[in-house]
Amino acid sequence: MDTSQFVQRDETSWEIPPKGNMRVPAIIYADAQLLQDMDQKVYEQITNVASLPGIVEAAYAMPDAHWGYGFPIGGVAAFDPEQGGVVSAGGVGFDISCGVRTLHTGLNMAELQPHKQALADELYRTVPVGVGSKGRIHLNHDSMHGMLRGGAQWALEQGFGEAQDLERIEEQGCMAGAEPRYVSSRARDRQKDEMGTLGSGNHYLEVQRVAEIFDETVARIFGLRINDVVISIHCGSRGLGHQIGTEFLKEMAMSAAQYQIVLPDRELACAPLTSTLGKQYLGAMRAGINCALANRQIITHLTRQAVAKVFPGIHLGLLYDVSHNTCKLEKHTMDGCKKDLYIHRKGATRAFGPGHADLPAVFKETGQPVLIGGSMGTSSYVLSGTAEGEQRSFSSACHGAGRAMSRSKATKQWRGKALIDELAAQGIIIRSPSMRGVAEEAPAAYKDVSAVVDIADRAGLARKVARLEPVICIKG
Amino acid sequence: MKNKIITPHWEHFEHEADIGIRGIAPTLEQAFEQAAVAMTAVITNPDQVSTSKAVSIRCEAPDNELLLLDWINELVYEMAVQGLLFKLYQVAINDGKLSATAFGEAVDRQKHQPAVEIKGATFTELRVYQQPNGTWVAQCIVDV
Repeated sequence: MDTSQFVQRDETSWEIPPKGNMRVPAIIYADAQLLQDMDQKVYEQITNVASLPGIVEAAYAMPDAHWGYGFPIGGVAAFDPEQGGVVSAGGVGFDISCGVRTLHTGLNMAELQPHKQALADELYRTVPVGVGSKGRIHLNHDSMHGMLRGGAQWALEQGFGEAQDLERIEEQGCMAGAEPRYVSSRARDRQKDEMGTLGSGNHYLEVQRVAEIFDETVARIFGLRINDVVISIHCGSRGLGHQIGTEFLKEMAMSAAQYQIVLPDRELACAPLTSTLGKQYLGAMRAGINCALANRQIITHLTRQAVAKVFPGIHLGLLYDVSHNTCKLEKHTMDGCKKDLYIHRKGATRAFGPGHADLPAVFKETGQPVLIGGSMGTSSYVLSGTAEGEQRSFSSACHGAGRAMSRSKATKQWRGKALIDELAAQGIIIRSPSMRGVAEEAPAAYKDVSAVVDIADRAGLARKVARLEPVICIKG
Repeated sequence: MKNKIITPHWEHFEHEADIGIRGIAPTLEQAFEQAAVAMTAVITNPDQVSTSKAVSIRCEAPDNELLLLDWINELVYEMAVQGLLFKLYQVAINDGKLSATAFGEAVDRQKHQPAVEIKGATFTELRVYQQPNGTWVAQCIVDV
């Protein structure tokens, strides 16, 4: 888009001052090139977000922002319930609490190399992936309730995982305030056979190599050394989250007039945080967060089983687990006072800085690990939260590369089999049930994740710690 | 003047992260049917799907656009819960009430090579309208 629409505040931030119905400014973190490459829809959507009731400070777009639903993907906005603030189903998205979890393996590349094919086969056999895949766990009414209330803590009680996993998951693995009674029977129907499944689209399980270290001190605390092998899992709340999003989006769109909310775009459907509908959505959405946390916990268990078959006696500990489609109640400092605000992050990662009360002791000095997923064949990154992120973006950073090309264009340009061969020549093994799915996820269909991460670092949203390269990718 | 020769058909349209589905036909019902074929085509080649199983679907909404949203979301739900893919649709709409039959079969990962599952239909680019020549268009973006 045209950079002349913005007031450049500094090297990496661009402001749209309030105009029309905007209540606060909109701020995009980017350099001139990333900004130019962004769709004009990001401008429209971020200014629309800035016009929602009760928004405070500014509507923010991360360096990977692209055209989303109501909110841009890569959008961050904070709402004050005392100023008529709202919660928006579109501001969370369909895949509630989609996120990334990274596991240490304790292996290095030399140890993995002779067993790469065997590990790829074992992971592909063990972790259900792709359209129509079912998990091995079937939830009845009581277990569904327990899962929606307890998240990863529930999964642990069922025997999936280890107690020490929990401190390395946001919310210690269990989102408080979940209200399963607001999760419809249809949402439950979609989930009862989907626990422990990866899904499709841009979701994956990837074995990665630590290819570059940017900050030795923080990397040491995070447990990362050059050539270490880690495993990252990218997935969310599966059918349950999608159905919650679908149902509440429609209900909020139809109820907006009742709450005197004028929607510039129906997809921005929202309800006051203090309204019945707003509270019901918060209760259901938090249950959706627990579903995603339980799902990643079960997939972690399956991953441990698969890796142990190839490497008997191995232990896989968590680096961290982050979510990037959420609305969370957090305390943030505004005008020198701590305020309770509801932070929407749609395709944006929480990035608490050093000393934050919600971080486990091990990350108190570094800030939280911020896990940025790449696309099949491209790098992923580990960053750390910063103190200045609090003022810059309510402690939020980017979440990935973002698409540069539509799915239909990608399938016209690439063939799945040829891509797999090409990646194999680079030493990357792909396992996927769908060749077309692979073509749609071609690495070149995404923006350059390195450029996005560089801006997040230069803007002070999070600091680069390490770069990861894919070795094996299990793709939906 | 009404265009009598338009053949019901579907197409996809561009969205940066996801994909748009569009049905174009002489009647509203056929446009809904074609939009649903376009949805199947997001997942797999509809020609590869057989019609051995029939599912009845009913929904109602205050306007045609919300009705399209409900129609597609009902199909997404049935596909997910019953593990199906649909090839053919027969839709009737009266007074904002839709009743339909969707014909398809169980997902076969070898045969269908499903590329992606659909999370839901969205309000983005959601439009149902009649062109000056009488042709109906029914479209929205689906989140995948």
